[in-house]
Formats: sequence, structure tokens, C-alpha cells
Amino acid sequence: MTDLLTVSGLRAGYAGGTVLDGVDLTVPAGSVVALLGRNGVGKTTFVHTVMGMLRPYSGSVRLGGRELAGAPAHVVARAGAAIVPQGRRVFAPLTVEENLQIAAPRRGGPWTVERVYELMPRLAERRANRGDQLSGGEQQMLAIGRVLLRAPRLLLLDEPSDGLAPAVVDQIAGVLERLCAEGISAVLVEQDLHLAFRLADKVAVMRKGRIVHRGPTAEFRSDRRRAHALLGVA
Amino acid sequence: MKAVETTAPAPAVAARPRRPARRGRAVAAAVTAAALLAAVPLVLGAYPVSMMTRMLAFAVLVLSVDLLTGITGMPTLGQAAYFGVGAYTAALVGVHLTSDGAVQVAAALLAGLAAAAVTGWIAVRAHGIVFLMLTLAIGESVHQLADTWSLVGGGNGLAGMPPVSVLGTALPAAGFVYWWVLAVAAAAFAVVALVARSPYGRTLRGIRDNEARMRALGYRPGPAKFGVFCLAGAVAAVGGALWAAQVRFVSPGDLGFEVAALALLSVVIGGSGTLWGPCLGAALVLLVRDNLSAHVGGHGALVLGAVFVAVVFTMPRGLAGLARRPRRTEARS
Ligand SMILES: Nc1ncnc2c1ncn2[C@@H]1O[C@H](COP(=O)(O)OP(=O)(O)OP(=O)(O)O)[C@@H](O)[C@H]1O
Ligand SMILES: [Mg+2]
Repeated sequence: MTDLLTVSGLRAGYAGGTVLDGVDLTVPAGSVVALLGRNGVGKTTFVHTVMGMLRPYSGSVRLGGRELAGAPAHVVARAGAAIVPQGRRVFAPLTVEENLQIAAPRRGGPWTVERVYELMPRLAERRANRGDQLSGGEQQMLAIGRVLLRAPRLLLLDEPSDGLAPAVVDQIAGVLERLCAEGISAVLVEQDLHLAFRLADKVAVMRKGRIVHRGPTAEFRSDRRRAHALLGVA
Repeated sequence: MKAVETTAPAPAVAARPRRPARRGRAVAAAVTAAALLAAVPLVLGAYPVSMMTRMLAFAVLVLSVDLLTGITGMPTLGQAAYFGVGAYTAALVGVHLTSDGAVQVAAALLAGLAAAAVTGWIAVRAHGIVFLMLTLAIGESVHQLADTWSLVGGGNGLAGMPPVSVLGTALPAAGFVYWWVLAVAAAAFAVVALVARSPYGRTLRGIRDNEARMRALGYRPGPAKFGVFCLAGAVAAVGGALWAAQVRFVSPGDLGFEVAALALLSVVIGGSGTLWGPCLGAALVLLVRDNLSAHVGGHGALVLGAVFVAVVFTMPRGLAGLARRPRRTEARS
């Protein structure tokens, strides 16, 4: 299996401070890697740096064989990466439909607004509502639908379950599962281990700006004591 | 990426609710407004008509400010510069070349476009308050230039512009100039409204809302912002040409800081981002400055300041907000 994303020795941070201190991570094509870690270890910093929203100090980010470290976000986006940000960040003054249309490429692609509505009928019902009138779950669906329209090869999902009720997380998980089933590649940043285990093929654990564990999901699940030691949770 | 196989049948998505009806209403409102405005010279006397002509020209400037400030989220204090470039270009064409209004407007449009392209190249790279300061600097530089350059009359201004003619016929009476100005202003409004509703306009509103997010979706905000800056420069210059057609005298005061500030004030009072609201704001602001000012002992600026404060506190969406029906329960969880 070829690797879609290969990150090596990635160092980055804010205003000279170091948050990522040499991160190595690979995402094989067609697989989902869960990135776990406690609050503040640098998970969001990592996806932002991969996406080109934050300039790395050093290291390499290769997407489909192309070196993208230091490239601006629109270049990374055009190379096939898409981020569903923590906290959703839908365009609040625009309607659901406009939020989707803004992302729809002029020349068309595998995804259309109608197909997004098929995947998430809830959005179709709310198509005329403004972004800031949506519930958290609906905003999350909109944030996912919006990036699908860019036909990404790699999804960067930053805590899609953040702040959502369990029943809503379940709906989001269903949507993501359908995308996984058709072979989308993703980095899934999650605190919700149920969701991470349900979707991910592999698990990577970050601590103090480094990856301190990586391995198959099943193996990670089976050793609860190690999981506890790595994450500080049961 | 392959298609997701949907097992469930496609949901019965109701055929685009309300959209066409809303657009129909907007067009109907625009046509009605244009018809009412067209009837003005038949009812009012010469002075009110000339007053309204200036309001229309100023509204075109305000429209360009709303395009930048309200639609794209780039608050500007520099649009009076392009308004001035348009006014001076039209006046120079009028004095030296031809009294044909269409030629004057076209020349002003090109001059405004060129001026905005040269200055916007640098300006659009800045954000927020730095952008505001840069536009202020552009405005002041152009004002200085107009004030000192003898070719355009320096501080004395540029006089001697013959009455504008349209289709080979001179327009001597105020009513005819008004109709000409109304026609061009309506065209400018239509162009800006169409741009605001186009996919490009959606991109601009996305940039206003969250530039980083647009970048992450694969857009380069730079060219989009440069494009709208050039368009706004051209629109402001057309407003300037219309102003010159009515006033037939252009002076550095027409492109000073006060004009730029009043234009921005009109946008806030009218309701930024709505286009039609700021046009109403423009009329109100000029009315206060040029007419009521005399009745309050020349304290027009004070009155405008008070109006501004009142609007900000009582109508956060400006005059346009008054037309909006109260929203039903805003579902949030
Ligand atoms: N814009 C910023 N400027 C300065 N420091 C920042 C900024 N964003 C994050 N940090 C710091 O960088 C570190 C890593 O933050 P990051 O958001 O990447 O963590 P995280 O793993 O995503 O946390 P969480 O699970 O809470 O989302 C933290 O110490 C944080 O305070
Ligand atoms: Mg985070």
C-alpha cells in the first residue's frame, strides 16, 4: 500500500516557541489514522501545519509524493488536502446552500451539492438557514459537506465530536463511516475513543509534540493499561 | 474519490423553496424604485432635482464603498480618491475633448480602474486597520496631487466644463442631467448587485467572513480582493463622472477626507453589505450636510455624528435592517 501522506521531522510552533518537536506520521492511501493525545499536546497545531495554515520551522510534508512543507494553504488544498476544523467554523452569515456553493468547484467533480444533501438529508432540510442558526451537529455536517465538494484525497478532521451530544456524534460517525467505506484517507484527531476506534485503522498518540506510539487500532484497544498510560484515560 | 453508494432513496428535496420568489421581489422593488426616481423631475423643482442628482452620484461612490466594506469586509477611507479621479477625468474630457456624457463616463471608468489597479496592488496585501490606513494615505496623496497640480487647476479647481450631451443632444435643463445620471447610476447598481450575487460575490463574502478558511478551501484571496478593489475603483470613478456632469466644477474638496468619511458613514447608516441601504444612507447624509446644516447653524457634522451614534445603538443593521421582518426563533443548540 502506498503512503498518501508522509510527514517527517515536522517542527512548528507559535512566535518562536516549539509545539511540534519532530513529528513523524504516515497515512497509507485509503486508511484512517486516529491522532490521539491530551489537551494541548499539539494536535490542532499538527493539522494546521500539514494544511499550510501554519509555517513549519523544519521537516517534510509529502502528499501523494509532492513536497508541500511551507506551501500556503490554497496550494495544499489544491494538492488534495482538506481540513474540517476544530469548532467547525462554517460561514455564519451565509446560508447552508451558500456555504456549500462557495466550496463547489465551477467545473464540477465527484461531489455535487445535491450529493452532499443525499449523504446528509438534515442539511437539505436546513438549506435556507444561515450558518449561525444551525445546531452544533448540523454545523459539523456542513463543515464536512463543504470540504467534500473540493474532492479531497486526504481529510484532516479535527475533533469532529467536540461538544456534541452522544446521539449526534453517532450521526456524524455514520456519515464518516460511509466516507471511509468508499476508501477516503483521513487523519482523525479525536478525544472520543469510541469514535476513533470505530473509524480508524491505525492509532498514533502524541505527547509533548512528538508521536510516542503508533500501531493498529485493534492492538491499541486490546492493551488497556498501555492506552491508559499514554492518554491518561481508561 | 468514488461516489458514495446511497442505499436510501434520495430525500425528497423540496424544489428550491422561496429563492425565485425572493429574487422576483427584489427585481420588482428595484424597478419600482427606478420608476419613482425617474418621475422626480416631473414633480419637483429645479433645486431639489439638482440636489437629488448629486445624491445619485454620491450614492454610486457609496455603492463602491459598500462593495469593499460590506461585501468583502475591507473598510476603506480611500474611495474618494477614485471618485475624484473620475470627476477630474470627466471634467478634463469635457473641457478639452467632448461634451458627450457617455465618453466622459467611459474615460472616468478606465481612469478609475487604472488608478485602483496601481494603488490596490499594494493595498490589498494589508488587512484590517493597516488596510484602512493605507486607503487613507492613498486618499490624502491624491487629494494633495489635485491641490497642487496646475494642469487640473490646483486649489482653484477645474471649471469651464460645458453641459453634458447625450446622443449628440446637449442637456441644458436640470431634469435631463438628472435622467442621464439616474440611468448610469442604475446601471452601476445593477452591475454591483449582479456581482454581489454571483459565485464571485459569494467568494468575496467568504473572504469577509473568514479569509483563512477560504484559503483552506483552495481559494487565493489575493487576486479576488485585487479584482474587487479594481471594480470598486471603477464604480467610484463613474460616480465622480456623474458628479462632474451635474456640478460642472471639480475641486480638491470633492475628493478629500470628508467625502471618504461621509461615504463610509453612509454605508454604516444604511446597513453595510445590502447595497440599497447604503444608497439611502448616501441620500440622508448629503441631505443633512448640504441642507439641514444651514438650519442648525452650520453644525451639520455634529448632526451627522449624532445620527451615526443613534443608528449604531438603535439599528445595528442600519436603515436596511428596518425592512427586514423579525426573524423567527433562531434554532441553536
Ligand atoms: N495561535 C496560537 N498562538 C500561540 N500558542 C498557541 C496557539 N494555538 C495553540 N497554541 C499553543 O500550542 C499548544 C498546542 O495547542 P493545540 O491547539 O495544537 O493543542 P491540541 O492538542 O489541539 O489541544 P486540544 O485537544 O485542546 O484541541 C498549546 O500549548 C497552546 O496553548
Ligand atoms: Mg485541538
